[in-house]
Formats: sequence, structure tokens, C-alpha cells
Amino acid sequence: MLETGVILFVSFGYMGLLFAIAHYGDKRADAGRSIISNPYIYALSLAVYCTAWTFYGSVGLAVRSGLGFLPIYIGPTLMALLGWWIWQKIIRISKIHRITSIADFIASRYGKSTTLGGLVTIIAVIGVLPYIALQLKAISTGFLLINQYPEISVSFSFSEVPVLGDPAFYIALLLALFAILFGTRHLDASERHEGLVAAIAFESIVKLAAFLTLGIFVTYVIHNGFGDLFQKAADLAHLKNTGSSSHGALGSYLTLSGQGGSYTDWGIYLFISMLAIIFLPRQFQVTVVENVNEEHLNKAIWLFPLYLLAINIFVLPVAFSGVLRFPDGSVDADTFVLTLPMAERQQLLALFVYIGGMSAATGMVIVETIALSTMICNNLVMPVLLRLPIETLGGLRDYSGLLLTIRRVSIILVLLLGYIYFHIIGEFYALVSIGLRSFAAVAQFAPALLGGIFWKGGTRTGAICGLLAGFLVWTYTLVVPTLVQAGIIAQDFVTRGPFGIELLKPFQLFGLQNFNEVSHSVFWSMLANIGFYVGVSILIHPRAGEYTQAALFVDVFRYSGETSESHFWRGTAHLPDLKSLLVRFLGQRRTDIALADYADKHKLSWSYLVTADADLVSYAEKLLAGAIGSSSARVMVASVVKEESLGIEEVLNILDETRQVIAYSRELEKATADLQEANRRLQDLDRLKDEFISTVTHELRTPLTSVRSLAEILHTNPDIDEDQHKSFTGIIIKESERLTRLINQVLDYEKIESAQMDWVITSTDMTEIIKDAVASTRQLVEDKNISIDCKLNDHPPPISGDRDRLVQVLVNLISNAVKFCDADRGKISIRLTSNAREVQVDVQDNGIGIKAKDQSKIFKKFQQVKDPTRGRPYGTGIGLTISKRIIDFHHGKIWVESQPGKGSTFSFSLPTTRETDQPAH
Amino acid sequence: MTPKDRKNKRLVGLFLLGCVLFNYPLLSLFNLKTMIFGVPLLFFYVFTGWTVLILLAAITTKARGHSPSKSEDKTVR
Repeated sequence: MLETGVILFVSFGYMGLLFAIAHYGDKRADAGRSIISNPYIYALSLAVYCTAWTFYGSVGLAVRSGLGFLPIYIGPTLMALLGWWIWQKIIRISKIHRITSIADFIASRYGKSTTLGGLVTIIAVIGVLPYIALQLKAISTGFLLINQYPEISVSFSFSEVPVLGDPAFYIALLLALFAILFGTRHLDASERHEGLVAAIAFESIVKLAAFLTLGIFVTYVIHNGFGDLFQKAADLAHLKNTGSSSHGALGSYLTLSGQGGSYTDWGIYLFISMLAIIFLPRQFQVTVVENVNEEHLNKAIWLFPLYLLAINIFVLPVAFSGVLRFPDGSVDADTFVLTLPMAERQQLLALFVYIGGMSAATGMVIVETIALSTMICNNLVMPVLLRLPIETLGGLRDYSGLLLTIRRVSIILVLLLGYIYFHIIGEFYALVSIGLRSFAAVAQFAPALLGGIFWKGGTRTGAICGLLAGFLVWTYTLVVPTLVQAGIIAQDFVTRGPFGIELLKPFQLFGLQNFNEVSHSVFWSMLANIGFYVGVSILIHPRAGEYTQAALFVDVFRYSGETSESHFWRGTAHLPDLKSLLVRFLGQRRTDIALADYADKHKLSWSYLVTADADLVSYAEKLLAGAIGSSSARVMVASVVKEESLGIEEVLNILDETRQVIAYSRELEKATADLQEANRRLQDLDRLKDEFISTVTHELRTPLTSVRSLAEILHTNPDIDEDQHKSFTGIIIKESERLTRLINQVLDYEKIESAQMDWVITSTDMTEIIKDAVASTRQLVEDKNISIDCKLNDHPPPISGDRDRLVQVLVNLISNAVKFCDADRGKISIRLTSNAREVQVDVQDNGIGIKAKDQSKIFKKFQQVKDPTRGRPYGTGIGLTISKRIIDFHHGKIWVESQPGKGSTFSFSLPTTRETDQPAH
Repeated sequence: MTPKDRKNKRLVGLFLLGCVLFNYPLLSLFNLKTMIFGVPLLFFYVFTGWTVLILLAAITTKARGHSPSKSEDKTVR
């Protein structure tokens, strides 16, 4: 029944089913009714982790090292627990920044570095290629085995199989087609591939079902359950211990092998599988890029481990059963899964298991090639293309087709390379050891990525050095020896070290013993990687762009919400330029849709817009990042943005601004203190003003009262005698004049204070001013019988100023002097002195004098010298204030010298005309 | 402390527990050539521990912060 035709039909029929499921998934997604948007499908898609290595290889490894296959699955279980924390962060970051691959993630974190993106891609391709080859080998082996049913072939050589006659080759081509159809549907790699995920989930169900069916058949049909099987194995072990064994120490089936290093190996396998579940390109693809909803992680973190547990529970029984069935060791343990049902003549079961193995292999190959093709296109090819002169691309206006072509070609290329690898080198190695090499390679991403999302201090240079160091050690300890195995390098290299240097033996570097080759490589490469990453990061300062990205990645949860606006760009761009850039990479339709979305969200109308602001530029960069990767997107956007991006200077400016803010707050504190002080002074002034008003009104009332009472006397006594009448009216006139003077004074004061005084500046002679002033105060002086004498210089230099105001000053000084002199004994002398620069006038009296502490106050507003013995001072107190203002206006000085009881001298000095004119020339 | 933080802490706790359970030296205590319920002791220990760990994880994620995903499930169906 199991003829080649049937097998081929079933194989290709299965592939057809996959195409159908994927097509259906995509159709549902287009209709907006996703079939993958639930945690169960998500968890199943994570199970792409279980490849042909799991399906076939675990049994092989179990035969060699007992439970040694388990850490590969317990590691991811542990990581899933921690993953809720790590994955969530990675997923959030990737969604915000439209990150499409692990290379993009690392490049983006370290300042969108093209170098880093390229390096990660190269490591990923070199590291994962053997792993893809392993899957193809499994498909090929499976076919070759089942094709010879019912005979179980013990050995076959792949190199004898002609490529064109190898079904695995055609399967590989079909897989490439599948990946192209369902993995490169959209240009925007950050969009999900729903059909692909649906197919992967389906494959996960098939491989689990196949393995469980086989396990149940082996355990409960061939044998009588676990107990029976283990008992038989133990008996065999006991038996074999006495003789020679083809499968090594059988006792180790029941335990871990007793050698000293086994716990170390176990621990290291646990460690690298923990990293692999995050850093394998295909895991990143299904976990992060294809994630529909962060909440799905909630269930996935226990559903996925449950899947791993289920697919492993029968590994040991199958292994034992295989050893019991083929005790002579003629059959490769890696094929027990298929050879057992064949040996039992179970055609259908064998076919089912074969399909299960194929589903495990194809699922991995599809997702891995898609993930790698995105990386190759966005992080290797695009950066090179974008740096080529524009003519090279033949003036292509729309690059979207080109992009898709690059991705499709890379898919085919990766698959072909994988196939070639498997044909040349792959057959020398067991499934597991190839897979572990890949794990060790992708583990190199861990320091840069985990460090990148939890430690802001990690720098681009550090990441590059760490990756390079780790990768070189990995190459030396794991890849170079495979060349020895393939006969390309002499055997001496491994056994005696290069050039006979024992310390450099690739499996015992620096003499490290007791590790198996993978553990040994992981230890040294991780040590080098972490050492360089941390060391260089600490020693070398990061560049400006890295600060922003580091903060955005590490504090993603703090910024999210508004983070879609990560403002790297400070400049603006010409909108048509930006638009044509988008059209070039996304195509007209997608660009229109994306821009319409943006306009909707921000309530914009494109018709009024000519320039794109920083916000829109960032939005465009993210759109591009989804299509061509973050670093290329940055280069392209930089070509249309007018201003420089955030350079070190801007960062320093930001720091400066911060510093300024601190300075401002200090100034604010000072200003507050100043304000409080000002307020206190205002309150003082307010109080003084009140006093002033009461003084002024008092001053006004006195003459008013006398005017009024005299007027009343005259009114009620019309027949008053002539002399008295004359004297009364004289007093009324004088008091009215005094009133007028007072009111004028207040008005003048008001004018000066509000700077509305009209000044009439002329060249005048001080002598004249003094004479005028003395003349206008003669009555006042004579009333009190005070003597006044003037010592005037005949020809003082002229001064320029307002004559009337200066007279007013002198009148004020003289009337002040009169006020404070005793009647009859008073003596006032006015002196005028001058030199080339200034003219000085002194008005000396022999009055009561002023106390030293009051001398400074008398020129200030509203200040009156209070003398308790004399009660309320005489005068309003504004005369001197007005005088000071007038003198100040003339650039002069006014001051007083006084001794209480002996009189005071008020003096003022004014610059001469020549002096005042000079500064003007 | 939000329920989310609490869940986070519990899961990290489970992770550390797993690291201890499935590593030297605890592993070596069960690495004996003894059978229990008809299966090797180490086999029994690892798979039981694994199952318990998954159960605890399921309980932890169900306990709190599951309401959004639950309501979201309904909308999907």
C-alpha cells in the first residue's frame, strides 16, 4: 500500500492543505474576522519551537543521554514564566516602533545603527542556516525511510540521492512558494500574516497529535504501559551492563549520565534554550511580530509549556522501545519515531508519523525563512541599495515592488543554501547537535537585546563588540571543527590545536575540560560577549541618537500612551517630498490610506498643509520602518527633513535647558523674595501716603478756616471800619495765595511723579534765579523779621535748565529755612559758588537743625521730620521731595548738612552748560 | 501595588523556583536508579515538577488581571 506514489501524494496533499488553510486565514483576516485572534492559536503558533529536532531528535538524544533532552523544553517553560515580563516589554516596544525582526530591534535600540542590524542579520543567517538544513534533512530522511517500507534501511547516503530525484528538494521549493505567498503578502513587514499563523498553528496540532498517537501506540499497544516498559528497559540495562553495549551505558536511560560534566551541560542547555525561545528569529516572528493582542500572553505562558510537556512525555518510552526493538544498534536512534511503527507493520501510523515529522519541519522552515528574509532585505540589502547613487536604480519611482522581490529572492536563497548545506555537511551530524549550534549562535543576541531593554547604559559600540566577540568565539569553537569533520581542515586542528598550540584547541579552549562541545562554546562565547558588551559600554560614550532610543526602550511603559510620538526629529519636511518618499516605498494606495488615517486622528486637512511637522515626520519614519527597517527608514527620512536630527549639541541643549529651568526656579525664588520686599515697601508707602494726605488736608484746612471766618466777620458786620476791613481782606488774599501755592505744589508733585511735567530748558544764569527767588519770598521773610543776605558770584558759568522750576527749588529751600528759624533772630544766608564744571548754591539758616538720622530721609516721598516737642510739623513735606526731583532732572545733586540747634545748610549743585553739553558731543 | 505588579512578582517567583528545581544540586537528589510507580525517580520528579509549575502559572495568570482577556475572548467568538 505504501508505494512511492501514495507517499508523494500524501506529502504534497498535506502541503496543499497548508496552502488552503493559510489562504482561508488570510481571507478571514481581510474580511476583518480573524481566526487567529485568541490565546490558543497564539500558544500553538509559539509551538513552532518544536521542530523536526523535537520530533525525531529528542528520541535520539534520549538514547544517548537519558533525560538530557529535557532542558531544551524546560528552559522555554521557565522563560515563559519570566516572559510575561520580558516578552511584554519586547512586544510593546516592537509595536510602537514598528519593529519587524530581531535585527531591527537591536539596530533600533542602539541608535538605529545600520552596522548593528547587518551584523545581527549575518549572525542569524549563519547561525540558523544549519538549523534549516536540519529540517530539510529530516524531511528527506523521513521520505527515504518510509519509501522503503516495509524494509528498514540501516544506512543511506544523501549524497547519492540526485537533487532532482529528492522529494525534499521539491518540498523545499514548495516551502519557498508558501513563504512567498503567505509571508510576503504585504510590503509592511510589521503587519501580521494571519494565514501563515493559522497554518503554523495547524501544523503544531498535527505534530503533537502524531507524536502522542505514536507514544500511546508504543507504550500501550507494543508494551503494557509505562511501568512495563521501564521494567523491561531496566532489565535490559542490567543484562547489558555485564556485556558490551552498542548504545553506551544503558543505566543512563533511567538517570542522567553519571559523568562529572552532565549537570553543567544540563544547566547550560537550560540556559541557551531559555534564550533561544526569545531570540530565534522564528520565535521572535511568531511571539512578537504576529502577536495580535498583548493579553494573549496571559494564557500562552502556561499553554505553551503545557504543549512542550505533552510532546515530551512519550520521548523516553519511545526511546526505550526503540532500543528494545533494535538492540543491535543497527538503526539510527534519530529515526526510531518512524522505524518503530514501520517495524510493527503499522502503515497508517507510519504515514501519520511521517506527516507529523514533516509538519514539524515545514512549520519551522516557513517561519524561519520569512523572518530571515525580512532581516536580509531590511538590514542587509536595503542599507546597501539606499547608499548607491540614485541612477543605479534606473530612476525607479516605486520601490515597493523591488522590496518584495528582494524579500522573495532571499527566501529562495535561504532555502537553497539550507538545502546545499544539508547535502554537503549535514549528514555528519545528529539532529540535536546541529540544532544546539544554532541555539548557541542566537544566544549571542541576548546581552545586546536584554541589556538594551533593561539597561540604558548599553551602547552601540558595546553591542557591536560584544556580538562580534561572541560570534567569533562561537565560530571558532563550533563551526571550524565541523570543517574538520567534513575533511576540509586537517584533524590535527582539533586534537592538537592550531599550530600545535594546545591551549587553543577548539573543544578545550584555554584548557577548559569537562564541558561538552556546545556547553564549552556557550560558556566562552557568552563570557566574551557579555564582557565586551558591558566593558565597552562603560568605557565608550554613546552617541546622541542612542540616548533617545535607550530611554524609549528601557522606559517603554512609562512613555507608552503618548510614545507613538518619539521625537527624534526636530525639523520639518516639505510635505510633497515626504509624500513622494512614502509613495516610493509603500505605493500610492497605502500611502494615501496611511496619511488619511493620520489626518483623521489629528484633525488635519492636507489641502492647507505644505510642511510636515516633527510629529508627522516621525509618523512617516515609522511607516517606512515597517517596510524597510528602522535604520534604512531613518536614512531615508533624513534625506527629506530640513533640519538636522537630534545631535549631540541638541542633547546638550536639552541638558542646558534643564539647567536653565533650575536657574529659573532659583530666580523665581529670588523674585518672590523681591516681591515680598516690594510689597512691604508698598505698604510703608501706603501708610506714608495716608499720613501725607492727612497732613495736606490739614494744611489746606488752616488757611481755609481763616479765610472763611474772616469772610463771615465781614459778611455779618457790614459796618466794620475801613482799616480792619482792609487788613481782613489782605489776610484773605494772603491765605488764598497760600492755598493756591499748596495746591500747585501737590499738582507739581503729581506731575513729576507721573513724568508729565513740561520742562522748558533754556540757558540761564544762576544769579538771576537766586534774585527772583529772594524777591518772591521777601514778604515771607519780612513777616517773620528774618534777615537774609546773598553772597553772589558776579559771573557764574551759565547752566541749562528750567528757570521757573529752579526758582521753585530755591523758594522751597528759603521758605523751609524761614519755617524753622525763630522769628526776629533768624538769619538766612545764600551763597553761590562756581567752578568750570558746576555751580553750587548753599542756603544756610540758624534754625532748629535736623538730627543726623533724619537727614537722609527728608528728601524721600512723604517724609516729614517729626519732632515730638513741636508736634505736627509745619508744611506738607513735599517741598523737598519736589526739589530733589527737579535737581535730579538737571543731573545735579542736593544735600543737607546740619547740626541740631545750630541750624542747617541745604545745598545743591548743578553742572554747567559746558559740562552738560559735553556728553552729547 | 497593582494586581499586575503582584502577578509579575509571582511569575518571577515561579521562574526562580523552576530554576532551583531543575538544576544541580536539587536534581542530583533524584538522580538515582530507583523506580517509583513503575517509572524512574528522576523521570517522575521532573515531569511532576514541570506539571506543578505549569499549574501554578495557570492559576497565577487566572487569578488577577485576566478580565480584559476574558472579555476580549468573548468578542472574538
